Amino acid sequence: MDFTLMSSVWTVVSLVIFVSIVLWAWSGKRHDDFEAAARVPLEDDVEPVSQNRRQADH
Amino acid sequence: MSTQDTYNYKVVRQFAIMTVVWGIVGMLVGVIIAAQLVWPDLNFGPWFTYGRLRPLHTNAVIFAFGGCALFSTSYYVVQRTCHTRLFSDGLAQFTFWGWQLIILLAAITLPLGITSGKEYAELEWPIDILITLVWVSYAIVFFGTIAKRRIQHIYVANWFFAAFILTVAILHLVNSAEIPVSLTKSYSAYAGVQDAMIQWWYGHNAVGFFLTAGFLGIMYYFIPKQAERPVYSYRLSVVHFWALIFTYMWAGPHHLHYTALPDWAQSIGMLFSLILLAPSWGGMINGIMTLSGAWHKLRSDPILKFLITSLSFYGMSTFEGPMMSIKTVNALSHYTDWTIGHVHSGALGWVAMVSIGAMYYLIPRLFGRKEMYSVSLINVHFWVSTIGIVLYIAALWIAGVMQGLMWRAVNADGTLTYSFVEAVKASHPYYEVRLLGGFIFFSGMLIMAYNVIRTVAGQRAVDDARIPAVMLAHA
Repeated sequence: MDFTLMSSVWTVVSLVIFVSIVLWAWSGKRHDDFEAAARVPLEDDVEPVSQNRRQADH
Repeated sequence: MSTQDTYNYKVVRQFAIMTVVWGIVGMLVGVIIAAQLVWPDLNFGPWFTYGRLRPLHTNAVIFAFGGCALFSTSYYVVQRTCHTRLFSDGLAQFTFWGWQLIILLAAITLPLGITSGKEYAELEWPIDILITLVWVSYAIVFFGTIAKRRIQHIYVANWFFAAFILTVAILHLVNSAEIPVSLTKSYSAYAGVQDAMIQWWYGHNAVGFFLTAGFLGIMYYFIPKQAERPVYSYRLSVVHFWALIFTYMWAGPHHLHYTALPDWAQSIGMLFSLILLAPSWGGMINGIMTLSGAWHKLRSDPILKFLITSLSFYGMSTFEGPMMSIKTVNALSHYTDWTIGHVHSGALGWVAMVSIGAMYYLIPRLFGRKEMYSVSLINVHFWVSTIGIVLYIAALWIAGVMQGLMWRAVNADGTLTYSFVEAVKASHPYYEVRLLGGFIFFSGMLIMAYNVIRTVAGQRAVDDARIPAVMLAHA
């Protein structure tokens, strides 16, 4: 496969990946997870909310 | 209590203090070379000439000041948002001492004229190898910490730090490929226009990933912390991240407009630079809107003033950059002092201000205090910095546009209207204003140094900051 074809394919693939990420980020299902994620830095001084943490595996 | 119950603040503290030290050193060299442009008699010997001190200035402010700020904040943020101690205390110490050694070697070799001649990658091959070793250790510490995190989600600031660490590793390895001929001299592995393209692929992505992605990591942690509010839109931050990742890599050719680089490559560089405006402004809006509903804090909190103003300068310079990448604008702006003005609106306004704001947040916490020794001195520092930047960039805008217009002016018979030295002479008053602006910004750093010394003096170094205990899920 020559270089031009490879780079064309890669460009299209990149665009598709990026558009998928945008759609994924804006899908309603993610709302609660993002809400919790946004609070991560604010909760590092207090006891965190349990469901946002991994099970005690350490 | 074992060390695994506490955060590693030692390395954060070391890098934080050196951020202030190297900020002063790097900006002092900047003031000196600005003075050399005003008074050429200040060029002494071969060692202290403008040509040798200028790379010392850029290396010191970017890699020493900016680098220490990034090491310090990334080590702090990754621990606190992953609820775990750094992956390896020993390797973290190695990154600190290794990085300081690299800075020291740069300060010795560059005035001696030992350089590989690539902008922002001047250091010779033995130092390049040392940089690689330190950077790989940095990556191991950072990604190792992410791997042993005790929080499911990887907070967005860590994504930006991760992209910065990975990309800088690749950029450094590719652009520094060189053939040594002696201990102090090497030649690039590439030649001609390929060498130029690889250099500016490196150069622009150093701006994009060292000076942007890394500092956006700072922004996404320290603005929510200082404002005590979550980031305005988390989903926007996710899109912001991936948009930067997918577009930045292509912008480099705008440094090579109207050169031997193929025309299509120049046009792609311009196109992607224009596209970059969208993610840049998305990120800026996300940061500034974090204060939405709490704007009054901006009036009373000088740390927030630093952080939010840095985003305003980020917005300004990421608007200006795409405009300057348009070929017809670039025909006027390239090789003039407009470029230097643009770089400093980003470097002083964005990078330095966001770092200074983060340090004012961080330093008291690393020494067991609630806030800096003097909050009103932070406010003074803020206004001094802002005035310095405005003088600096306004002077070089005017000088740059004037130079561009004088260079391209032609008489009716096709001869040049002005000789080059006439444009130099016309620039002289603006170089004086630039020196004044730079000096004012530099004196702000001295105010910071005083405030830091008073904050740290007699204080206990905090080494027992507890990691929140793991709780069993009870949902």
